[in-house]
Amino acid sequence: MSAFDIATQLTQTVAALLLAPLFTGFMNQCRAWLQNRRAPALLVPAWNLRKLFARQPVVATGASPLFRAAPYAVFGAMVAAAAIIPILGTGLPFGTAADAIALIGLFATARVFVCLAAMDIGTAFGTLGARREMMLGFLAEPALLMIVFVASLISSSTGLPAITENLATRTLGLYPSLAFTAVAFTMVTLAENARIPIDNPATHLELTMVHEAMLLEYSGRHLALMEWAAALKLFNFACIGIALFAPWGLATAGSGPLALIASVPVLLVKLAAVAAGLSLIEALSAKLRVFRAPEFLAAAFLLAVLGLLVRVLLGA
Amino acid sequence: MSAMPFDLQLADLCAALLLLLSFAMLTQRRIVSLVNFLALQGLLLAVATLLMAERTGQSHLYVSALLTLVLKALFLPWLLRRLIDRLQVYWDSETLLNVPAMLLAGVLIVVFAFGLAQPISALASTATRSSIGIAVAVVLLSFFSMIMRRKAMSQVVGFLSMENGLFFGAMSATYGMPMMVELGVALDVLVAVLVLGVFFFQIREQFDSLDLHHLESLRERNATGPGPGPEPGEDG
Amino acid sequence: MTAPILKPLPLCLLAVALWGLIGLAGLLRPRSHRLAGALYPLGAACALLLAAAAARALALPLAPERAVLPVGLPDLPVHLRLDALAAGFLVLLGAAAAGISVFAAGYFGPHAPPGAASGAARAPQGTPPGLLCLQYHLFLASMALVFLADDAYAFMLAWEVMALSSYFLVTAEHGSASIRAAGFLYLLMAHVGALSILLAFGVMQGGTWRFTFDAMRGAHLAAWPASVAFLLALAGFGAKAGLVPLHVWLPEAHPAAPSPVSALMSGVMLKTAVYGMLRVSFDLLQASTWWWGLVPLTLGLLSALYGVVFAAVQTDMKRLLAWSSIENIGIIFTALGLALVFRGAGLPAAAALALVALLYHCLNHACMKSLVFLGTGAVLHATGERSLARLGGLIHRMPQVAWLTLVGALALAGLPPLNGFVSEWLLLQSFLFAHSVPHTFVNMLLPLGAGLIALAAALAAYVMVKFFGVVFLGRPRDAVAAQAHEAGPAERLGLAWLAALCLVLGVLPSAVIGVLDLIVHQLAGVALQGSQSRWWLLAPVPGRAASYSAVVMLAALAGVTLLTVLATRTAARPVRRARAWACGGTEPTARMQDTAEGFGQPIRHLFSDFFSITVEAPGPSDREPRYRVHVADRLWERLYLPAGSAVQRAADRLAFLQQGRIAAYLLYSFLTLVMLLALVL
Repeated sequence: MSAFDIATQLTQTVAALLLAPLFTGFMNQCRAWLQNRRAPALLVPAWNLRKLFARQPVVATGASPLFRAAPYAVFGAMVAAAAIIPILGTGLPFGTAADAIALIGLFATARVFVCLAAMDIGTAFGTLGARREMMLGFLAEPALLMIVFVASLISSSTGLPAITENLATRTLGLYPSLAFTAVAFTMVTLAENARIPIDNPATHLELTMVHEAMLLEYSGRHLALMEWAAALKLFNFACIGIALFAPWGLATAGSGPLALIASVPVLLVKLAAVAAGLSLIEALSAKLRVFRAPEFLAAAFLLAVLGLLVRVLLGA
Repeated sequence: MSAMPFDLQLADLCAALLLLLSFAMLTQRRIVSLVNFLALQGLLLAVATLLMAERTGQSHLYVSALLTLVLKALFLPWLLRRLIDRLQVYWDSETLLNVPAMLLAGVLIVVFAFGLAQPISALASTATRSSIGIAVAVVLLSFFSMIMRRKAMSQVVGFLSMENGLFFGAMSATYGMPMMVELGVALDVLVAVLVLGVFFFQIREQFDSLDLHHLESLRERNATGPGPGPEPGEDG
Repeated sequence: MTAPILKPLPLCLLAVALWGLIGLAGLLRPRSHRLAGALYPLGAACALLLAAAAARALALPLAPERAVLPVGLPDLPVHLRLDALAAGFLVLLGAAAAGISVFAAGYFGPHAPPGAASGAARAPQGTPPGLLCLQYHLFLASMALVFLADDAYAFMLAWEVMALSSYFLVTAEHGSASIRAAGFLYLLMAHVGALSILLAFGVMQGGTWRFTFDAMRGAHLAAWPASVAFLLALAGFGAKAGLVPLHVWLPEAHPAAPSPVSALMSGVMLKTAVYGMLRVSFDLLQASTWWWGLVPLTLGLLSALYGVVFAAVQTDMKRLLAWSSIENIGIIFTALGLALVFRGAGLPAAAALALVALLYHCLNHACMKSLVFLGTGAVLHATGERSLARLGGLIHRMPQVAWLTLVGALALAGLPPLNGFVSEWLLLQSFLFAHSVPHTFVNMLLPLGAGLIALAAALAAYVMVKFFGVVFLGRPRDAVAAQAHEAGPAERLGLAWLAALCLVLGVLPSAVIGVLDLIVHQLAGVALQGSQSRWWLLAPVPGRAASYSAVVMLAALAGVTLLTVLATRTAARPVRRARAWACGGTEPTARMQDTAEGFGQPIRHLFSDFFSITVEAPGPSDREPRYRVHVADRLWERLYLPAGSAVQRAADRLAFLQQGRIAAYLLYSFLTLVMLLALVL
């Protein structure tokens, strides 16, 4: 664990914190361009966060300490997740503390805390959102696990830095198993981050909300932390996808600071491509009914399983 | 990962996409989409045959690729679309099982096919012998979708998809069938589709619908089903 | 050398004997709550003694200790043996029973909490407290003897005492007809299972007609008798463990029992069945065919999914936890099946990892499930309500119980950095060895099993959010919930002990695995080799960069959270309290939040094929419209009722034997005598 590795870890975590609102802002811009509207500025989500931090938080009279602690716990879990994913480099000291399965567990922890806090106030929308969010969660986790399985079969490891290094050093080629898994991962990303076709992040109709419904009671810095955590979650998923399916350009362990600096523009280009791709998918799809979402996620699970079987059969 | 030659990688990709298409055809309810998927399957088969021809240099495979392209990717789908337009049947009804159950059954069928095919792959001598499992899987999946469907048109599509799977299997195991056999099979399939088209009009005239459960009323004992039909007890 | 009395086996026997004495002491004054309340902490101390003695046995690298007691049959005295496997499970029993007994001191004890509805411990037609104390401690003692038994007779004797004492404990409130029915079903299934186990022992003696376990280890059975014995043992122990389809007694019996007894049954008694299965398959039946593992694997996966799906639609909090126990038993049997498959395929390292996952999950489940059951006991004691439709908002009235139960609920949901996650992580890591299995279908289907385990684990999180959210969060749905009070000190101490165990098991997995390795070494013959674990890092698989460090993760989470709190609250504006927003509508009432049925509705919709659902919907002219949904187990109608009526029909056919005339009965005796004489002479 050299000083360079610690520097990579810190730089990466700070970069994740700063880039996450910008990523969301760029996705909003892409969506606006695709809908032929004038796009908002890139920094609008960051300005929102700053505004919310300055406001006084209002908490319901019936809220327990769990409700007040939840935003901090969720935010902490998302930052810890960002510390594990190879965003800028693979020489991460935290990478040995948690592998991909523990990463899925971290996301589950954040989800459970959000849902418990939503049930704490005891309103109809909070409990409705909690119920739907847990339903999407339990369908998405097997798909995510299968994706991790395919990646670990190919690289015989479950630690994300090791998987990334292994996949980055393979000869360039067409791997059908990875192609199927990439499509499955995109579908799971859309489901877990409350994007169309599972959930509309810009909706104002409470009966159609899944994620937004759980945030209705937050305000001030609590809401800022929850929004930042949601942006971080989307950023984390995008970085996991990049690390698994387009891992070139990352600073490997032991390379110098030059590699670290050079990895930043590579990351920005890849993130821009991911944002554009996701916005395109969102613009071309319509939101599904809630009980069609299991079919969507079953298709994602199926694609991941097919990727596994194709890997076992064809060895590719 | 060893550096596989690019055309073999492309052949593997074609095989994987073929499998994916058969899954998509399992649950798709829009019949026009089914026919489009069938056309795409034909296209993938033509590409795979072309790659095989390049690799082995056998000239009859070029002819085979051209035949596949013209027949399976262009002519048959055009014929089927004309049939759909004239019969005005665009949507299939619900399948017998619900979607996640069918997908799960499909996965089990694929596992069974892969397990079955591994000893066969060991005996074959072609470069793409690992795709035999995919071919068997495509055949079994198409058969399964034929069982699960209600409308006659989707069953025909399933039948054609099964034939695609057999063709792919023959090609990956033995570098393609002899030319005479291929021409014979192609002619058979063409005639079958034409005859089935005629049948569909007859069925539609009798039952006013292409839903196959009406055919269940053609039985020896007294039928309780609705609709007109030939006399039960006769050679319905 | 240590004095003989301080060796581990005599200490264990001392603890067992003390339990018996404490139980008998309860009979001195059967109706006195005060005496009973004073005896339970003594039982907890004995449990700690037992756990310490067994832990010492694990730490000392000696050969297994044996003892032969001068009781029993003339040619088969009671053999006892304390080896690593028995010691591990004795530690489990002692640690869990300590916390549960301390809780029971408060639950069955003398205090009469003001304003509480009639608690479950005081039904007028229930068992008197002294008698309950006897049955409780007999239950504990018999479980310890099950672990120590080294021959079939002692094993079955202890097994029967366990079943009978737990039957009496389950029917503690025998005034209620439903509880009596639940007890009867439990007794019936327990005996069906015991019969199967007896038959298994009968096959395993392999012609020597000697029923000590040593004889069974030495009798090398052929393939077919060994498989028959294995399947019989699986049926018998599966019935006790609650494996689908022999699970129907669990959701009836566990809720019917008083809460400490439910905790003991779910946490420890189900593990005796797992112990039995481990003993039979790894110790007594030495050779293992490769397909043996597939049976518990499929049954385990089926139970895991079945249990958790049913748990999600329950409206009674104890039934919900009972179904969740079925799910966890399914996970344990999946790990067992996986270990057997790997051992049969010649992958001992993978088998060792699967066994470690199994044992860890047994430990975890004992702590987490007991903790949550005791939490429901505290809630029941305070409110008198079991139904989720009348609870809610209890985190404000009983904060300590709520926070301690939250630890248990999060652990059951399998969230890092608690202990439930560690055993799931180990199980998933062992699934990754699937591609090395040489059989073609198996190595493709095993990863699907991993996906199903992940589905069950994620559904368990759903169930725990429902449980905790409906019981403790939100607003009180009924007046009894609004007037609840905090639990007594003994109850809180018991809960805190178990919560501390959960935390330790979650944060220091390497130390625990170091101990479990000894047990696995005895069972599978090989330990986890090449593990690169440190005290703070778990990396049990060599050659695969797979590691997990709960300490670092906990530190990171705590550190980041603390930093965030400091960064946002310095010079920040204080929190203001106001009415809940609820989108600007009217003041939310308790009826506007989700009911238990409502929270389970997505599961009912998605998995409708598993249930048989009857809906009572109101008609247009109903004066008092009601909407009720009854969810029943389809296996009960399809499997058990037909089986029951078949047995009834067979019994009716044989009824002709009961003539009612003395001459007929004398004729039966005469015929039997003639037959025996002809056979023997």
